[in-house]
Amino acid sequence: MASSQLVAPELAAIEIKGTTREAFLIRATLAAGATYGAMSATPFITRALAQDAKGDIDILNYALTLEYLEAEFYTRGVAQVKGLSGEEMKLVKEIRDNEKEHVKALAATVEKLGGKPVKKPSLDFGGAYANRASFLMTANVLEDAGVSAYNGAAPLIDSVDVLGAAGGIVQIEARHAALIRLARSKPPAPLAFDKPATMDAIVKKITPFLKS
Amino acid sequence: MTDSALRELADDPSSRKRFFKMMGGAGAVSAFGVLLAACGDDDDKKSTADKPATSKDDGNKGDLKILNYALTLEYLETEFYKQVIASGIVKDKATANIAKQFGATEQQHVDALISTIKSMGGKPVSAPKTKFEPTLEKGLKAVLETAATVENLGAAAYLGAAGSIKNKDVLAAALSIHSVEARHAAALNALVGRGFGGKGGLEGSLPDGAFAKGMSEADVLAAVKPFLA
Repeated sequence: MASSQLVAPELAAIEIKGTTREAFLIRATLAAGATYGAMSATPFITRALAQDAKGDIDILNYALTLEYLEAEFYTRGVAQVKGLSGEEMKLVKEIRDNEKEHVKALAATVEKLGGKPVKKPSLDFGGAYANRASFLMTANVLEDAGVSAYNGAAPLIDSVDVLGAAGGIVQIEARHAALIRLARSKPPAPLAFDKPATMDAIVKKITPFLKS
Repeated sequence: MTDSALRELADDPSSRKRFFKMMGGAGAVSAFGVLLAACGDDDDKKSTADKPATSKDDGNKGDLKILNYALTLEYLETEFYKQVIASGIVKDKATANIAKQFGATEQQHVDALISTIKSMGGKPVSAPKTKFEPTLEKGLKAVLETAATVENLGAAAYLGAAGSIKNKDVLAAALSIHSVEARHAAALNALVGRGFGGKGGLEGSLPDGAFAKGMSEADVLAAVKPFLA
């Protein structure tokens, strides 16, 4: 798994439905990743994209894809997963509503900046809804990934307003992560510094959920 | 940026080089690196020497001011957890463990902020004199509620300051602390039985709904004033 040589072709085979911009970004990353190593490629492409409002739009669409994923994950979870306590279901519904609002706000912001919001990707969460434990574990992975994704992308944002909006969202993702972790009897804040993640790392993490 | 421009960036070493130069170069000091490696690292001088000669002196000054403001809050949090643990007021083992872990984390934030301030050529503020005794005397519930309040303030303070940070590495570092404060805040709010919405801006696990709000430095300092001697 460590070899970028292996990572690139594997990702190149993925077709992400309904996310042309995202697909474009990933492919661009791959092009660079194949040449310079996947880990080194994404930051500078993301940074390159972030030099102007158009870069902000790309970052916002990246965030929008993640929020679509989270919103859909919880929406299906509320309908499908069994074995959650009353309190846990209340939390999950609250989080679902938050993620839906994030989707709305991000799409609106993309449009306001003159961009075109990406479409909702086709998703498949596999066995995540099999039981309480698998559901909460996947939720944990998604929320922690969300925090790292925003923390990685936010410094590349050009507009102070967009940065403020992203900050307001990432704080909520962090709170979600802590509450889901508590429900799993895991430490709510395992690290002193939440790690920022590159787009590569996040794409790798969410790839299993994207229907090809 | 078009697909072809990206490809050029990826394929053409000279344009890549140009880009890295634009971004401050691979050898530029990374405050974030300092933060992550901050446990007792003594390479302050080296980092300062590596600092790129930019014309952002004003931004540097502003960032240092924000970092010292953050440091004051982190000192306050660290001292609070220290006193709570020393008082033995938390009997429940799981809760005590959370207090210890959060306290250790705040100490790491303090250390990292000091290192970063020094690496940028600034002077770290000293720890403020605190006044937590009245809170401790009130008992466990008040102690945990105060911890929750202080963590929520911390999260709101970082969020409020983030937009004013000029150096992107400092911003990245601040954000990586910000979300940890948010985790602490949510966990403590849940621990003291506060609902999602809460009564006021700082009270619930998800106090502002889907979008957290930042606070100004003046408001934060006013809110922590009761804890300062």
